[in-house]
Amino acid sequence: MSDDVKALSTELARDPQSLVFLRLGEVLRQKRQFDAAARIALHGLERHPHLADAHDLYARILADRHNYEQAFDEWDMTLRIAPQHTGALKGLAFLYFKVGDLAQAESHLQTASHIAPDDPSIAQAFAVIRGESGVAPPGPEPEGGYEAAPGPGAEAPLEPARIASQLPDERIFAGLEGAQEGLLLLDAAGLVLGGALKTPDGVDVTDTVAAYLAGVSQEAARTARLLGMGGWRGLSAEGQGGHVYVAQPTSESMLLMVRDRSVPLGRLGMLAQRAAQVARSWLERQR
Amino acid sequence: MSAAGGPAFGRALDVVTRVRGVRGAMLVARADGLVVAEQLMEGIKGGAVAALAASLAGRLQRTMVTAGLGPSQFWHLQCDQGALLVVPAGDSLLVVAVTDPEVNVGLVRLELLRAAEAAP
Repeated sequence: MSDDVKALSTELARDPQSLVFLRLGEVLRQKRQFDAAARIALHGLERHPHLADAHDLYARILADRHNYEQAFDEWDMTLRIAPQHTGALKGLAFLYFKVGDLAQAESHLQTASHIAPDDPSIAQAFAVIRGESGVAPPGPEPEGGYEAAPGPGAEAPLEPARIASQLPDERIFAGLEGAQEGLLLLDAAGLVLGGALKTPDGVDVTDTVAAYLAGVSQEAARTARLLGMGGWRGLSAEGQGGHVYVAQPTSESMLLMVRDRSVPLGRLGMLAQRAAQVARSWLERQR
Repeated sequence: MSAAGGPAFGRALDVVTRVRGVRGAMLVARADGLVVAEQLMEGIKGGAVAALAASLAGRLQRTMVTAGLGPSQFWHLQCDQGALLVVPAGDSLLVVAVTDPEVNVGLVRLELLRAAEAAP
């Protein structure tokens, strides 16, 4: 154990309520000890659930581990607590950039630059997004107070054009992991617009599932109308091996999200509605 | 609330309709979407809702089995002003609840599962 980790751990042990966990978690993250860093971050979040920096720290660790979906959630939470948190804005920009949604990435950076106009990493990220540089965008970095650390973006240089050509489906579901395997966007006739669906064994069942789902939207709408309940917002099903949620991004499209049973049905609904929102924006841009 | 079906069916539905916010419950034949028993508030078109509920459940069931998720144990259609909740009762029946928007979905789900076990 290095001296700094030892010293910070001792300090935290002496006062578990202390905010020193932020520094300790960051040091461990920089040393790429992600499991230990995550434990420290979660320990801190248990004691300080409304501390934006704690959510930001955990998000950066998740992003380092390529768990982008949860990282998105954590940065989203950071911004709910502290809407001016430039670390979270840069983190979300990084995720949007990573999946090729350059407009969203730029919009988040724009907001960050209004809040911190002198932050050089924002200007650098802008240059990358606008294609003025061949280097990776700055990954999620800690707010002032810690040493700068290489974020996930530094692991492999990414160029916007390359991302766009390699991940066309994930662009629809910017910021959401699993676009290739657990998210499916269909038109009203059941034709696939984006995403894909595989069984746990890896068999691609995209087209079969799309065919089964064709017409679900109309049936759900008819049922809601018959019951005098207005429009339908979502249709979920709980299975022995996982859950599905069907949402309606627009009246002419349908979105299916599938997750294993570790994701509770209520959370799946939240994730699917968020994906539907992203899909809605994407569909509007296609017109 | 009007009731139809035998006493055994009625008892199975009683546990569901007792929950606050439930506007009615039905036992529906899975294969053809016909009503087997119902306890519904006035104005709910049981026959039509049963047919659509069975059809939706069938589509979702096929989707889940194809996706390797196994047979479904619970379906939930969320609407602006209410919800339709469904659980299978054996291979041939569905227990369906029609609810208000503010209902405790978790509680209705539990009672639907109990009703499904009690269904003849």
